[in-house]
Formats: sequence, C-alpha cells, structure tokens
Amino acid sequence: MHKALVIDPDKCTSCLQCEMACSFEHEGVFNPAKSRIKIFEFEHGKRSIPYTCTQCAEAWCMHACPVEAITVNLSTGAKEVNPDVCVGCKVCTIACPFGTVNYESDSGKVAKCDLCGGDPQCAEVCPTDAITYVEADWTGYDKMRDSAVRAHS
Amino acid sequence: MSWQRKILRVDLTKGEITQEPLNMEWANEYIGERGLATKYLWENMDPTVDAMSPGNVLIFATGPLTGTMASTSGRYAVVTKGPLTGAIACSNSGGKFGAELKFAGYDMLILEGKSPAPVYLHINNGEVEIRPADQIWGSTVWNTEEWLKSHHQDPQMKVASIGIAGENGVRYACVVNDLHRAAGRSGVGAVMGSKNLKAIAVRGTVGVKIDKDPKAFMDVVKDTHQMLADNAGRKGLTKYGTNAMLTSMQKFGGLPTHNFQEVQFEGADKIDARAMMKPNDSGHVNLITNKACFGCTIACGRIAHIDKDHFTIVNRKEYWHASGGLEYETAFALGSVCGIDDIDAATFAGYLMNEHGMDPISFGVTLACAMELYEKGAITKEDTGGVELKFGNPEALTIMAEKTGTYEGFGQDIGLGSKRLAEKYGHPELAMVVKGQEFAGYDSRALQGMGLGYVTSNRGACHLKHDVFAEDMEDTGHTGKAKPCKDSQDNIAAIDSTGLCIFTTAAWGLGDFARQINAACEGDWSEDRVRECGERTWNLERQFNLKAGLTKADDTLPKRLLEDPVPTGTAKGNVHALDKMLPEYYELRGWGDDGVPTPDTLKRLGLS
Repeated sequence: MHKALVIDPDKCTSCLQCEMACSFEHEGVFNPAKSRIKIFEFEHGKRSIPYTCTQCAEAWCMHACPVEAITVNLSTGAKEVNPDVCVGCKVCTIACPFGTVNYESDSGKVAKCDLCGGDPQCAEVCPTDAITYVEADWTGYDKMRDSAVRAHS
Repeated sequence: MSWQRKILRVDLTKGEITQEPLNMEWANEYIGERGLATKYLWENMDPTVDAMSPGNVLIFATGPLTGTMASTSGRYAVVTKGPLTGAIACSNSGGKFGAELKFAGYDMLILEGKSPAPVYLHINNGEVEIRPADQIWGSTVWNTEEWLKSHHQDPQMKVASIGIAGENGVRYACVVNDLHRAAGRSGVGAVMGSKNLKAIAVRGTVGVKIDKDPKAFMDVVKDTHQMLADNAGRKGLTKYGTNAMLTSMQKFGGLPTHNFQEVQFEGADKIDARAMMKPNDSGHVNLITNKACFGCTIACGRIAHIDKDHFTIVNRKEYWHASGGLEYETAFALGSVCGIDDIDAATFAGYLMNEHGMDPISFGVTLACAMELYEKGAITKEDTGGVELKFGNPEALTIMAEKTGTYEGFGQDIGLGSKRLAEKYGHPELAMVVKGQEFAGYDSRALQGMGLGYVTSNRGACHLKHDVFAEDMEDTGHTGKAKPCKDSQDNIAAIDSTGLCIFTTAAWGLGDFARQINAACEGDWSEDRVRECGERTWNLERQFNLKAGLTKADDTLPKRLLEDPVPTGTAKGNVHALDKMLPEYYELRGWGDDGVPTPDTLKRLGLS
C-alpha cells in the first residue's frame, strides 16, 4: 500500500529542519529557498503550518502537462517531474489548486515533492512528528482516535 | 564549504558597498561568529573611540555551522563597542535572520561610519542597496518589518531592525529580528541607531553547502540530534522554556528581587513557567505554544497572549495578538526584580521590549534601581511625570516600558541604564551593574561562581558567557569555582563562534561541537583546537577592553553584593568572595596581578 505525508500543524515549531532536509536531498545544499515543503507562520508564530504536495490521485499538474513530464511513481504513488522532459512551460503551476508545484528559474524546470522515492526526508528529520509518513488510506487515524477520546471523556 | 568565504562591507558615510574574501587564516584561528567578528573588530577599529561615534564598527557575523542541519543553527552575533559599558559588546540572536544572511552568501556584514540620513540595507543575494529609511524612521520594530516586506513585495525576506529606542540612543537598545528574537544585550541597537541605520532586510537563496564530506556531516548531525532528543534537560526546555529556572532560583534563594535587596520573591509562583500554563480566574491561559529558532530541535521559545480584559490592553486591540512570551530573564527583569507579580503586565512589558527594541534585562534592572531611588525619595513624582514608581506597581512597569521605548518623559532617564541613572540621582551604589551593564537573574552572593562570571565577562555583567551553574547549585561557597568559570568561558566563547546555541550544552559537550565543525569545515578540528579558539577569543576581547581604557578596577561588583549579607535562602549570610576568587582567576588565565594577559599568555595564543 502507498504511504502519504500527514501534517499536524499543532506540533510544528517552525524549526525548518524539513526545509533543509528537502533541499539537501534534492539539491545537495541546505537552502530553504529550494525546498518543496514550506512552513508558513501566522500571528507572530502562534501557528506554524507545514505545507506540501498531497499527491492527488488525479493530479491536476500531471493532466495539465503538455509534454507528459509528470508521471506516477508506481511504487510510491508520487507524481514526479522528469526534468529531462520538462520544458518549463509552468502550466502545471497554474493547474495545481494548491500551489505546491513551482518553477525554479535556476534550472528552468518545475519542482515538486516526490516523496524522496519512498523515504521522505522531511518526515525523517522532523523533531516533533508534525510531519509523518503513514498508510495512505489511514492518514486520519490519529486524528480519529483523538476525536474518539474527546467524544467519550 | 560551511563558510561562504565572503564578507559584505558597507561604509555608511560614503555609501559604498564592497565584497571581500573572508580571511581564512583568521577563520582557522577564531572559527566564526563571535570569535571571528572580535578579530575583525580588533583589526578594523580603534577601541578608544566613543561607542556612539562613526568610528565605531558594527559587525553582524554568522558561524560556519549557521544555516546547516546542525541543531540550533540559526545563530548570529552582533559585535561592536558597547555604549553601556565602553567595553566590547557581543550579543547573539536566533530566529531566522542569521541563517538568511548566510544563505545570501555572506559570513559577515561589517558596517562602518555613519550615514548622513536614515537608511536601511537591502540584501538580495549579491544585490545590495543602501536605501532611504524616511518612511520607517520613527516606526516600531514590528511596523518596520511589515513595511519592508510589503514595500519589497517579499514576504520571505528576513529583517533585523531597531525601534525608536535605538534611534534615540537608549543605552540598552537592541537589534530585533523576526519580530521577537533579539541580539539583546549591551546596546548594540543604540550603535546601529547612531549610524542612522534602521534595518537590514535580507533575502538569501544561495544556500549553504558542505564540501568536505556531506555524508559524514549528516551522520554526525543525526547523532547529535538524537542526543538532544533523548536529553531530560532539553525536554524541560521544550516543555517549560527557560522560565522553569524561576522556580529553582526562588527555592534556592538566588532570585533577584526589589533591586537585589532580596533573593526570594513572594509572588514568584504567579510569574513562573507553571503560572504561564495555568488558567487565570477568567479561564485565560498565558502560554499558547512553544516555538523554535532556525534549525532548532529544542524550541524553548514561548508564544503567549495577554488576557484581553487586562488593564494593559483592554482598550488596545493592536495588542490582542499572540507574540513572544516570558522567558526566565524577562520574568525576573519585568517581574521579581521590580516586585511585579502580574503575569499579563510582565508579558505586555515583554511585548513592548520587542516592539520598541530594548533589552528587558537592562530595562528591568534600571527600572528596579529607579524604584529604589523613588522609595528613598531621590526620585520624586515630579520627575516621573506623576507615576507611582513603587516596587510591585504593574502600571509603573508598563508605562515606563512604553515611555522608554518611545523615548518620552522619564523614559529618557530610564533609557540611561542603571549606572548613569543612579549617578544622576546621587546614589551610584544602587546600580546593579558590572562595567555599566545590569546583572541577569542570579544573585552573586548565592551563586558565587556566577558572580565571578559577571565580574570577568568582557561585555559587563552577563549570565551567558560562563557556566558554573552546577557547581553553584551544589555548594554556596566560593572555593574551586574560579577554574570551572575560566574553563567554561573558553568553551562558550568557542561555542558562540560556531553558529550554534549554548542551550544545546544540555546534551552536548565541547567535543560534540568539535565533531560537527570537523565534519563541516576544512582542516582538522579537535576539541582542544576548538577550546583554544575560545580562549584566544576571550583574551582578545580582554585586550580590546584594556585598550579601550578599562582596568582591573572595573572587575568588581556593587557594594551591596560585596558587603550586605544575603538575607534568606540556601546561602543566607553570604557576601560575594570576590577578593578571594579574582586573584586565582587571573592566575588561571595567565594574567598578571593587574589583570593584564602576560606576554607569555599572549604568545601562547598567537596574540603577541
């Protein structure tokens, strides 16, 4: 079964270890500007929210791509950009309803989360488990359990 | 390459911006951040110039590990000559600004001269501009950051700026970055203001690369992360923040209260870490969450909010939002030392410190000094503009925090700092300072090693430049504490030069810092080599101070701590044994009886 990233903003401290791990994995450099996962802070840090691609089943980016540069990795379910095929037209960045695929002017290609081939480094390094990698069909399990406890306590 | 090997130099007088290669010979002797900035300061200015004059040099420095995955890698230091002390000032900060400066491609930013008109510096990787600041001069730190992000249409930029306090030369004005992190102590913000520099706005997308052996570095980092994750001290910092210390100090009898007249505060349990987590009578809980600086897996920072019905903000919706909450030093300085047990008032005063850019420690201890002067009749209601400046009055705290921040009325006097204020009103003995800088939240009589650390700290009284805490809690005497004081000073000078935070010492020894440097930086970095860099830095700071005109006579404590026995607590009856500790310390340092490093010591450290 595929797995998926699950994000719990209440646990995020905004340390940006995930952004560094992401850029190191993909670019070999510590550089949040090259990260495919971003942390957004609100109200002086009251909330810090990690956000990245959820790997839609019928991915808008994949369907919009005119050159079929975005394909499904069958082992992980990730929608991956093949940089050798991508022509940098940016149509996918318009098609994505969530903004999680972005153009990189350095390379002239787009970049998005590829789940690191099944070992997502953001989840690996997150010190508070704000980002975890769990069974794709049960991403709501922990939240459901917490709700169950609340409903019956 | 961990170091970017590049420095940005800005001559504000001439409006010239130049880039130059980092002096790698110096980097190999001083690592980076605090140490390397000290070396550059030493080489670039005359220590005798007035701190507020154009001849002073202001340096923002990152370390080789800043902006890497090493935990707590967000640190940068601001090094300059301090206006509070006339000694070297070295304040470091977390948040995200330091890493961004590094990501823009620079190890260090050197600011010289004085701009003819208010300006800010905009750095976008290699594009650097000095721009007019007329639209933000006179603005708060918070509004300045908002304006810069909106004006440049860049929500991802990071900003370090000064408030109105810094513009007006409040002696302990600080540099605030990311809204509520600060290079807090020693008035580095006043120096920035004296140069007509309002803010530094940075966007960096170059990143930091480890060339030496990325895999080895990641292995070490994984291990050091795990050490922190498993450590009980780290867990306490994450859950309670630094304010857990208030409970310990209250119990031990080292919590400065009423301008250091007492060491235990009856309202302690109303302002401590647990009080922050407990609902008040209307159900409001002060603490919202904890927050990390860049790269930090500890996350000791507090995010709090004030009860909307509290007198401080009931009619001021602009303060109904969350922001940085109390840490131990703010809780002591805006709480016990002024006799304040109102957690919302202290939190609000903390907001004002960040919004206006002031060091809460120096502000709080100066206010406590003013309160004692008021109660003695040396300061009157006429002086204060009608404010009842009595210990325990939360309105006096918040009114004075605001007036000092905006440099109005009696706030201008509070902005002088304790030393100058106490002299002005005829009682210099009431200033709780070393070299003109206010004490942190530990009484020297109860913590003798801390006292020696305060005395010998090169930036004036400071709790962060040594660590004799374990020894002090074990034993209220003075014997055997000079050595751990000296050794920890050297270690911390080295740690402060890496780009990492000293709170990691909850889990890491100096060897753990050394192996992270060794994995990231060219050359062989043993623990001994790293320690020697720290000792070299300490001695160079001392040399700067001696050249600036400080002498052995400045290595002392206020009469109160040397003569008045501590009234309660574990160390009841103690005075500080400075006369017994200082000669031993000088000897351990390889300094003469006059407190001057001997030629042999200088030679050994390559400082001849």
